[in-house]
Amino acid sequence: MDKYYQPEIETASVGDIRKIQLERLQEQVKHVYANVPYYREKMDKAGVKPEDIKELADIAKLPFNYKQDLRDTYPYGMFAVPLKDVVRLHASSGTTGKQVVAGYTRGDLDIWAECCARALTAAGCTDEDVVHVSYGYGLFTGGLGADGGAMKIGAVTVPVSSGNTKRQVNILKDFGSSILCCTPSYALHIAEVLHEMGYTKDDISLKAGVFGAEPWTNEMRLQIEELLGIKAYDIYGLTEIIGPGVAFECAEQTGMHVNEDHFLVEVIDPDTGEVLGEDVQGEIVFTCLTRKAFPLLRYRTRDIGVITRQKCSCGRTLIKMTKPRGRTDDMLIIRGVNVFPSQIETVLLEQGYMANYQIVVDRVDNFDTIEVQVEMTKELFSDTVRGIAERARELTEGLKSMLNINAKVTLLEPNTLPRSEGKAKRVIDKRKLHD
Amino acid sequence: MVKQLSIFVQNRSGKLAASLSVLRDSGIDVRALTIADTPDFGILRLLVDDAAKAEAVLLDNGFLVQTTDVVVVPVLDERGGLASLLEPMAEAGVNIEYMYSLIARDAKDAFMVFRVTDNAAFLAMLKAKGLKHVEPAELGIR
Repeated sequence: MDKYYQPEIETASVGDIRKIQLERLQEQVKHVYANVPYYREKMDKAGVKPEDIKELADIAKLPFNYKQDLRDTYPYGMFAVPLKDVVRLHASSGTTGKQVVAGYTRGDLDIWAECCARALTAAGCTDEDVVHVSYGYGLFTGGLGADGGAMKIGAVTVPVSSGNTKRQVNILKDFGSSILCCTPSYALHIAEVLHEMGYTKDDISLKAGVFGAEPWTNEMRLQIEELLGIKAYDIYGLTEIIGPGVAFECAEQTGMHVNEDHFLVEVIDPDTGEVLGEDVQGEIVFTCLTRKAFPLLRYRTRDIGVITRQKCSCGRTLIKMTKPRGRTDDMLIIRGVNVFPSQIETVLLEQGYMANYQIVVDRVDNFDTIEVQVEMTKELFSDTVRGIAERARELTEGLKSMLNINAKVTLLEPNTLPRSEGKAKRVIDKRKLHD
Repeated sequence: MVKQLSIFVQNRSGKLAASLSVLRDSGIDVRALTIADTPDFGILRLLVDDAAKAEAVLLDNGFLVQTTDVVVVPVLDERGGLASLLEPMAEAGVNIEYMYSLIARDAKDAFMVFRVTDNAAFLAMLKAKGLKHVEPAELGIR
């Protein structure tokens, strides 16, 4: 049985959770309406007043917020408290455009740390653990988020931040780190360097990893678990909502429990905006119920997933969301077919490749082309052309049956693709250059 | 049987030179070399004086390398010399994946390197026909 950080919330009845959510939602809408002119205008335009929120379902009356709203109000236009009450700023990486600035009051930081503490506790962290944080520290929420959670629990925090992977391996070994926090692609890279340095999982004391900030597949999880000898837990979050810890995985590993006393989750049809409810796939939308400085209502995450209240063996009653199946904005449309990088990753890992790959999309004579470049492995390599051609053919067929389109497969020498210390860049879409 | 190294190389300029430089810098002597090339990739196959050391050095330098047992057979350097070896192989159903020649220093004969699907069957056939195959030591190979 899992240990809980806050059993009174994590195992509360659905009725109790909904009651807390409604009280907090009503309070939050009043707070935002009174203090964020930009959003008040939006609500006025939609003809909705704070008093109109009488039950949870009334949230559907509120207008959505998009990343574009945050760019339009950059940097402080969505803040709902004066700057003197703000104690910290974080910013999203800005890989997909202008960065987003989010503010935190002291209370917001406390809520956030609490959420991360729940996630770490679910991964088995106690005050006797050594938590190695290889997320970047800085404007990125990964480092300080995990750090805050470990601090709440009273574990030993090792704030390594990202980079210098050989040093990371030595620290893991020497400090006896038991829990690793970083992006899943960096976890794999650490594993790779560990083995290159002549060590194995038996030379380190890790027992669990809490990995997030980028999409990863279950196959990648199995690879990380095998190479590092750990149990790998997913953690979900975004700077706009608070950072990592919006949702987290328990030992069942079948989805992530949303910290729904702080973040109300909805799934909607991304095209119509219609609320779809539970057990139907759609775009995940979050509303901050307690965050005061930067309280986004109905924020469109662009992550595609499913939420469900099916009973969880860990005993938590918090609603679960699936690992995002993809993002509406990293979905590629190739010859009219929707392709998610995660689908390609699934095929690669199933066939025994490592998660070192790149997807190159181009348009040649008005025809979309997709090329999957992946590094050859020792196990798949053969001294005969026939053997390698056979591997390439299997991969082409595997991709074809997953994606329903033909992809060119290119097998590369090991260590030719760039390794990432943060979020991996998997897709190169050359089509954008021609527009 | 002799240990052959196979290295995966992308078809890009400098890739072949890189692997051979690594071997040179480690004092490895290359005795025979052949490249299988396709439009997308190549496989560099080598017989070297110290296969175990060469494999370790290549792996350390990030190359993808594999060792395979191959059979080296002396072939009379005269008209029809190779045909008289291939005929009994065909009769015995020994399938050749690939083959290449090897010139040894101070040797009268030429040598052919065979990668076949079934080494045991090949060796049995050679024995039955009273034909020799060469041990690594005879080639100065470890």
